[in-house]
Amino acid sequence: MTALLEVEDLHVEFRTRDGVAHVLNGVTYHVQAGETLAVLGESGSGKSVTAQAVMGILDTPPAFVTGGSVRFRGEELLTATPQRRREVRAEGIAMIFQDALSALNPVFTVGFQIEEQLRLRRGMSRRDARKRAVELLDLVRIPHAAQRVRDYPHQFSGGMRQRAMIAMSLALDPEVLIADEPTTALDVTVQAQIMDLLAELQRERRMALVLITHDLGVVAEVADRIAVMYAGRIVEHSDALSLFRAPGHPYTEALLRSLPHLESKGTKLETIKGLPPSLLRIPPGCPFHPRCPRAEQVCSLEVPPQVPLGSGRTSACHFALEVVGRG
Amino acid sequence: MAEPVAEPVLEVRDLVKHFPVTRGVLFKRTIGRVRAVDGVSFTLGAGETLGVVGESGCGKSTLAQVLMRLEPPTSGEAYFEGRPMFPMRGAELRELRRNMQIVLQDPYTSLNPRMTVGDIVGEPFEIHPEVAPRGSRAGRVRELLDVVGLNPEHINRYPHQFSGGQRQRIGIARALALRPKVIVCDEPVSALDVSIQAQVMNLLGELQSEFGLAYVFIAHDLSVVRHLSDRVAVMYLGKIVEIGTEEQIYEHPTHPYTQALLSAVPVADPALRGQRDVIRLTGDVPSPIDPPSGCRFRTRCWKAQDVCATEEPALVERGLPFDHPSACHFAEERSVVP
Repeated sequence: MTALLEVEDLHVEFRTRDGVAHVLNGVTYHVQAGETLAVLGESGSGKSVTAQAVMGILDTPPAFVTGGSVRFRGEELLTATPQRRREVRAEGIAMIFQDALSALNPVFTVGFQIEEQLRLRRGMSRRDARKRAVELLDLVRIPHAAQRVRDYPHQFSGGMRQRAMIAMSLALDPEVLIADEPTTALDVTVQAQIMDLLAELQRERRMALVLITHDLGVVAEVADRIAVMYAGRIVEHSDALSLFRAPGHPYTEALLRSLPHLESKGTKLETIKGLPPSLLRIPPGCPFHPRCPRAEQVCSLEVPPQVPLGSGRTSACHFALEVVGRG
Repeated sequence: MAEPVAEPVLEVRDLVKHFPVTRGVLFKRTIGRVRAVDGVSFTLGAGETLGVVGESGCGKSTLAQVLMRLEPPTSGEAYFEGRPMFPMRGAELRELRRNMQIVLQDPYTSLNPRMTVGDIVGEPFEIHPEVAPRGSRAGRVRELLDVVGLNPEHINRYPHQFSGGQRQRIGIARALALRPKVIVCDEPVSALDVSIQAQVMNLLGELQSEFGLAYVFIAHDLSVVRHLSDRVAVMYLGKIVEIGTEEQIYEHPTHPYTQALLSAVPVADPALRGQRDVIRLTGDVPSPIDPPSGCRFRTRCWKAQDVCATEEPALVERGLPFDHPSACHFAEERSVVP
């Protein structure tokens, strides 16, 4: 089965006044129909930039794609015409953002913003588009959709705005949905509602979902596969169950250990010493080596390869086999 | 340590804070009140941590501001070491402020970008010169930076030269400067990445045992609160709905809201997928301007009956086998945390 969306060896740099920031240094992932891939990483790891490069919505300058490939159904997007990219953005790959309030246009009604794409792309009449917009709002469980369709974004609560944005992204039946921290700004009870909704819509439509998040809990609940990012690289790639049971990269291992859990009560949490590196000066060799408890000399000299760990898992660590064996 | 200590350092009784909602520019009319905090009572023992959890808009940050006397209360009392806090003026109020400090959520906006770290951490000594005479201040600031794990050499740097986690340490050093007895922590780790969050939580734990601090620890992240707290209060729309020891709240919750909140937290273990008791609330938190009658949670509660709309449930112990107060007419235990 071929992947719906493939990202291969993607390189992006930001040319800033302070120098060139190497934001993505060879990111490779793929996602298939009906599958959820979680891209996990802390701030600055490059998880959102990857998504923006896939969508072709990076601000250039300062951002430049300097290498690699992004393919949708086998078709190269990086070299596609702007018109073709716009088509793919409309009908192939849709994206939802963390901050729904700033992603929605405040001067148009929610309904208008959903209808706009239906009228432009599908040539629907105003009346048909309105009918479809109400259906979509109903689908994402906005109460009294027929009335609320005339509301402006500020009249919606945070959870409802996120639902409206999901409705908008589904209007043209995309095959891939990229969700960039869709629940980070929401309260836990609302977060649970939105994650349930996303999972259900995905199941029904057999959509591929790329879920970008920093929350290990959310990842554990919904992901089929996980790509862990650090300093613009994917350091571990694994199915969800194995990653939590026996992490294959020291960074993943350290992240899992730094979470407070039942047995940690009253004790000190394990921490990762130091800070993530500046992308202007990424350390040579493995980017994690200055913070890694098991770093040896080779780590500061050679960039580790993706070591296969069986059943499709990989880890970019010189000692990957030992790390995973310890679990 | 789990039991409330006999001599509480802080005691709060029926605290209420309403904000007026006005309309009109020239002739302002009050058209309603936001009931941000609506009758909150608790005690805090010396050296104890009380966690306060709840969703946005439940009044937890307003509670912090009223406790710090940054906002006057609408009604209610609070006692610091037995003395009523709200009537305090002048020298007595200054002394109170020395003993109660706050750490804020956003390490980017809570530090003045034009002041050096030394000025920020040393500023409390300007107002309370009795704590550190002028000559010894630089030394004290260096000590404080060292205590919170920052390099004392960096005393002349500006906030923008530090990362988020380091800035939060600066905020903690400032709060520690006057050797307070109580620190109110308002979402101190929410803005930080997971790996940095653990560092700051460890620091707060160490400082507590070293200086015997009592914390009011406000956060929306239930696992963070659990890790640090001795007792936990769960807030919903301006009221405490359940309060008890960390174990009572997390292992034996009896209020439906507490149960729903705990069950909504994603658990970082994919093996438990589909195995947990999941409670899904519908809808959003109602507006605190016009909260529901009776029990405020009834509009989202699956147990709601007629009595819930007419009679407000008191925060009391609900008879055996429940050993902690719960504001629900139909309190019953339900284990939701795996």
